Amino acid sequence: MTKFIDLTLSGISDGAIYAAVALALVLIWRSTRIVNFAQGAMLMITTFIASAVINSGGSYVLGFAVALASGFVFGAVVERVVVRPIEHAPPLNAVILTLGLYTLLVAVAGMIWGNTPRSFPAAFSLRGYKVGGTTLLFTPNDTFIVLVVIAVAVALALLFRATSVGLRMRAAAFAPEVARLLGVRVGRMLTLGWALAAMTGALAGVLVAPSVFLGPNSFDPILIIGFVAAVLGGLDSPPGAVVGGLVLGLALSYVSGYEGSALVPLAALAILVIVLMIRPTGLFSATKERRV
Amino acid sequence: MTAVRGALRASMLLRSVALVVVVGVVLLLVTESLSSYRNLQLADGAYYFCVLAGLTVLAGSSGQISLGHGAFMAVGAYTVAKLGNAGWALLPELVAAVVVTLVVGIPVGMAASRLRGPYLAGATLAFAVGLPALADKFPSFLGGENGLSINPPVPPSSLGASFPLERWEAWIACAGALVTLFVFYNVIHSSIGRSFRAVRDDEIAASLVGLRVGRRQTLAFALSAAAAGLGGGLLAVVTQLAQPGAFPLQLSLTLLAGVVIGGLGSLWGAVWGAALLVLLPNWTNDIANSFSLSTSVSHNLPIAVYGLVLIGAMLLWPSGIQGGVRAAVAAVRPRVAGRAGRGRPAAVSEAGAGESPVPVSSDQAASDEAAKAPSER
Amino acid sequence: MLTIEELTTDYGPVRAVDHVSLEVPDGSVTAVLGANGAGKTTLLRTLTGLVRPSSGHVTLAGRDITRLPVEEIVRLGMAHVPEGRGVIAELTVQENLRLGGMWRGRDAAPPAEIYELFPRLEERRTQPASRLSGGERQMLSIGRALMGRPRVLLLDEPSLGLAPVLVAQIMSLVRKLADTLGLTVLLVEQNARSALSIASRGVVLNLGRVVAEQDPHKLAADDRLLHAYLGF
Ligand SMILES: Nc1ncnc2c1ncn2[C@@H]1O[C@H](COP(=O)(O)OP(=O)(O)OP(=O)(O)O)[C@@H](O)[C@H]1O
Ligand SMILES: [Mg+2]
Repeated sequence: MTKFIDLTLSGISDGAIYAAVALALVLIWRSTRIVNFAQGAMLMITTFIASAVINSGGSYVLGFAVALASGFVFGAVVERVVVRPIEHAPPLNAVILTLGLYTLLVAVAGMIWGNTPRSFPAAFSLRGYKVGGTTLLFTPNDTFIVLVVIAVAVALALLFRATSVGLRMRAAAFAPEVARLLGVRVGRMLTLGWALAAMTGALAGVLVAPSVFLGPNSFDPILIIGFVAAVLGGLDSPPGAVVGGLVLGLALSYVSGYEGSALVPLAALAILVIVLMIRPTGLFSATKERRV
Repeated sequence: MTAVRGALRASMLLRSVALVVVVGVVLLLVTESLSSYRNLQLADGAYYFCVLAGLTVLAGSSGQISLGHGAFMAVGAYTVAKLGNAGWALLPELVAAVVVTLVVGIPVGMAASRLRGPYLAGATLAFAVGLPALADKFPSFLGGENGLSINPPVPPSSLGASFPLERWEAWIACAGALVTLFVFYNVIHSSIGRSFRAVRDDEIAASLVGLRVGRRQTLAFALSAAAAGLGGGLLAVVTQLAQPGAFPLQLSLTLLAGVVIGGLGSLWGAVWGAALLVLLPNWTNDIANSFSLSTSVSHNLPIAVYGLVLIGAMLLWPSGIQGGVRAAVAAVRPRVAGRAGRGRPAAVSEAGAGESPVPVSSDQAASDEAAKAPSER
Repeated sequence: MLTIEELTTDYGPVRAVDHVSLEVPDGSVTAVLGANGAGKTTLLRTLTGLVRPSSGHVTLAGRDITRLPVEEIVRLGMAHVPEGRGVIAELTVQENLRLGGMWRGRDAAPPAEIYELFPRLEERRTQPASRLSGGERQMLSIGRALMGRPRVLLLDEPSLGLAPVLVAQIMSLVRKLADTLGLTVLLVEQNARSALSIASRGVVLNLGRVVAEQDPHKLAADDRLLHAYLGF
């Protein structure tokens, strides 16, 4: 029973991270119908940048802020420079392009920082809470992770629902041509969407790095799992991404706890295949409204 | 002479046999004069060709791309390793590798045939990451992280006692490549190949004329998986090792770079791609040495190039080297292109950026016409 | 004043708009008629920059806008109610309206003004636009265009699929807007009679060319012309 509770707790904190990665993928999919397979590599780069700041004497908070800021800029640059030219190309082009970007970034990171994973500091203690003599598998740092992800999800929701920029971004995503006819600068909205997405990804990178270590390929599994979470949530819906991330975090935590961590990637694959076969639009996506 | 030419034109089978014999003889002569190192490289190129040929037929013929073929190579390699250690001979081992990956490829292909675009890419990516993890789950059976090692193949004594091992390995791998070439040449130029392309070009139209779209795509996927299994089996024979570390996510992306640079949809493209995958690390190594760059730079340079190739190809040259060669040939010899008929507009549009990376192959289209011609007369 | 000079638009080999010249004075309603495929939609899309002309010029209030991006043309006061209404189904009625005035900032029309014109919209303010009926969508689309207080209004078949009563209402609204606000209207219609009934001028397009440009009453009475180009 304690094991179950432990697995549930650690599933929640893993799930929060998957949710952040899934959010990053969903934000981009919504606005450009592209799955950004380079996301894992982009957040790897921003985490390396944060690591460099911290190692050269900067505080954790500064490193954290630099990661988010560099993620924002990185996302915008990627959208402007490589994604913009293939916006209207067939979907396969975008798939290959983002995979190429992934490959390039992994190689560049290896050149600059080497291929041996290094440690990355956590914001808070990694020692589990003590409840009546037993130590839980949930640490102050996990609390931090969950709270930060909740805060970001709420901030994004507010941005989209309650601000005029958010309204313009949604319009640009749902109906780019109509949005242009209403004076929305759709190109800028897409850039902003990529920037916000990459920032959310950068956040996930900094949060997960203490437990997976920091190396060019450290975040590959998280990208795959984030993709599964996004698909689980419908790929189109930010709340779906959060729910998908949490569900997947719990499921994979149980698999890892009871069957061994080697099965985690396979379990993610199995969940993905089942979801795609049963309901290719995702389990949590709202059914499409009538369109005339 | 004209009679021979007529026979060649009439029979696809004859043409493919002639092609395989000619290429085989050339390879045989080439291996005589190559150093051991070069022979090993040739072997590497040959097994890459098997995988790339499968991928390119899949992409060019049915419009699907798979990022999971690294995992199929692992299936082939582990099959060869398990059976080799159980005392099987080389040939049955490789046949078994093909059969096993075919069997694994069918359900995967069935799932894949229902997916499109990024969903297919994500699912096959998850497959590429998930499958090699099995080795960790069953360490006693599959050897865990360290994998399974295999005894090197022994050249038959009839070749002489001093026959170099590397040349023998090159022969084995090239034989596998030739079988792959033979099979796919016939598939591409057969009615199956035409139905694959019909499905790729317009699924709805294909299903209206009675083609079972899902089945065609499953078949194409399973065939390409089997080719990847053969490639993986040959890799295990040549490197004498089957190990999860040999089949990382990066391998699948490297293979993708190989087919994209070669140009999706043509067997010649697979040759270019395989050559690139073998030679590029060499070249970048030389460059790194001559500029005395650090090892972490020189190790990552080829990967950076693959990434640049993928990005650049999508931005500038979506049909790869083979598409470029074809466009150049078409420009130099308009007569040839004109004869290709419906292939020509495709060749032109291939050159334009933003086109689909899955071009209609003009030489395939031309030979389709040639193959159909006799029966229409 | 919207001036169109020798405007030509091609879709590859298809010439959809062929050397069209028109002058649309301020505060006037110009009805553009023509059969299916005559090039009416393409003409409007070229005016707002959604498609690029092969040659010719468009001038709005003395400024050449031919090559400006859509967003800039809109900012000069050109509002386009697209064919099929272009309501964003995923957004609420209110959000659709707000979006229409956003580029204007503080000078946008207050939504209350639009709700006064279309009381039905106010009742459904917080509902997603996907729940609206066809007529309500048309109201929303026109109302949304008015939110930015445009100078020129391009309407692409506003009567499509609407009951005759509603068509009449929309037409008289268009006339009223031109008279009271001085709005310049280019009204594309298949429904020639109702469009001509409120128009200051009628233009007939065929195969991308202007084949007639006349006083609307004369045009409405010209059975031969209407029969030849509009199938009456
Ligand atoms: N995107 C496009 N690509 C190619 N051809 C097009 C495109 N849009 C329109 N056309 C062609 O341009 C011509 C004019 O079309 P347009 O839509 O402007 O006509 P229309 O007068 O609005 O017709 P309708 O009354 O049916 O709406 C037609 O021949 C049409 O087939
Ligand atoms: Mg029209």
